[in-house]
Formats: sequence, structure tokens, C-alpha cells
Amino acid sequence: MNEGKLTRESRAPVEQAALLPPVDVIEDASGITLYADLPGVSKDRLHVQVEADTLTISGEMDLAMPQGMAATHAEVSLPRYRRSFTLSKELDPEKLSAELKNGVLKLRIGKAAHAQPRRVEIKVG
Amino acid sequence: MDFSLFPRDVFADLGRLHRQLQDAVEFSPSIRGFARGGFPALNVGGTPRSVEIYAYVPGVDPAGIEVNLERGVLTISGERKSGLGGVGAKDSVHIEERFTGKFRRVITLSDDLDPDAVEARCRDGLLHISIKRKAAAQPRRISIQ
Repeated sequence: MNEGKLTRESRAPVEQAALLPPVDVIEDASGITLYADLPGVSKDRLHVQVEADTLTISGEMDLAMPQGMAATHAEVSLPRYRRSFTLSKELDPEKLSAELKNGVLKLRIGKAAHAQPRRVEIKVG
Repeated sequence: MDFSLFPRDVFADLGRLHRQLQDAVEFSPSIRGFARGGFPALNVGGTPRSVEIYAYVPGVDPAGIEVNLERGVLTISGERKSGLGGVGAKDSVHIEERFTGKFRRVITLSDDLDPDAVEARCRDGLLHISIKRKAAAQPRRISIQ
């Protein structure tokens, strides 16, 4: 009968709790540069994803802890980071480059050609 | 408080508020000031044979980090340069949350550690310092005669 209503098949996956990495975002004439602090994340555990107009940065820390270690003081309480941003239309996801160095991600997103700045001439009549 | 009038990311602002509240409310048990919210963030753990310290130092050149151990006090210090150095006059900074400037964090260690058996490694902006316990303090199995 109405079984389909009771079992939702397309349920969104439950997201694990993650740290919100601090970022700097700078815009210049040709694009946006984003820096994110992701200490402990190696290149193969970092994910940068653009879906529709949402940019998601996520990463898993590579923690090789000695066996039998008991934490006595913890300021970083989760082993993963995640943060999302909404991109505006003038940014071109095709013009995206990422660089990871010393635990800092540098992301560069270029602007679409039509969105590059033009100086508007003001005519004095 | 650095809240903008038109918040771009409500959760980021909430996270910031949470941090600030935590800094303000939490009583610090150490004479050396606030134990939390500093840069670099620290995690400390212990095993029967060693003490492991993890300092989160993203964007800092490992060669520029100074780790000192003196009279049972471990100091991690250095400087993180601003990533906004190349910002031109026409560029705009939309979000600025990352730490910049000099940093220094101090940890008091327990007496049973061996100051000569310290190892420090830095990878992906994570500094791992391992200090062995003195041989006399390590757990031993005593055989019954």
C-alpha cells in the first residue's frame, strides 16, 4: 500500500561532527583566494568539492598515535575538518586550483571572463 | 566581537561565538595564562613509556619553530607570517580568521621525563614531540623468585 511513504530511501547521509577550520578569503580583480588551516591533513585525505554552487572543503587528520595512549589534554577534539561556502555566479569552478603546504590549503577560484572588471566610462555631456 | 552585519556563514559565526564564550568562561588552572584557544592548539597524551605532545602549527615553516626544554618546562615558539601580505589596495579581504604573528606556548612536564630523550617531527602542519619517561619510571615486571 503506502509502504513507500514509510521508508524514505533517499535519506541524506548522516554527517559526522567535524571541526570548522579558520579561513582567510581575499578577492582581487581576477578571482578569489581562500586559505584554510588544516593541520594534520595530508594531500590524499583532503577533499575539495564543488557541487552546484557549493564549495566544500573536508579533510581527515592523519594521526599515527602510539598504542595505549591516553589523552590528558585535548584542544583539538575531532579528527576531521569540514566547511562549506556558497559560490557566487561570477566564479568559475573550472578555474579552480588547490595547493596544500604545511597544513594550509590555498584555493584559487578564477572569475568567469565576462565577470572580470571593466571600467565604466562616464561621459560628461 | 567580529560579527558582520550580513553574516555569510551563520555556523562560522556561531563557532566563533562558542570559542569566545569558552575563552571567557573557562577558568584556567595554569599560572601561565589561558590554557585554551591559543596558537598553536595542543593535544597532550601519555603512555606508560612516554609523553606525546601534538602542536597544530599550520602554515609555519618547521625550520622556524623553536622547541625548548628547560627545567621541566617545554616551550614551543615561533612566528606565523600573515598570508595577507600580498593584498593589493584594490583587493578586498572578506574573511580573516587565521592566526598571524608570534606565538609561544608553554607546557609543564612531569618529573619522570628524560630531557635527553626528546624527539620532534613535523608533518602537514602538525608538530609531534615525543618525550620518553626515565628508565627508572617505566613500568617493569618484577619477577617472583
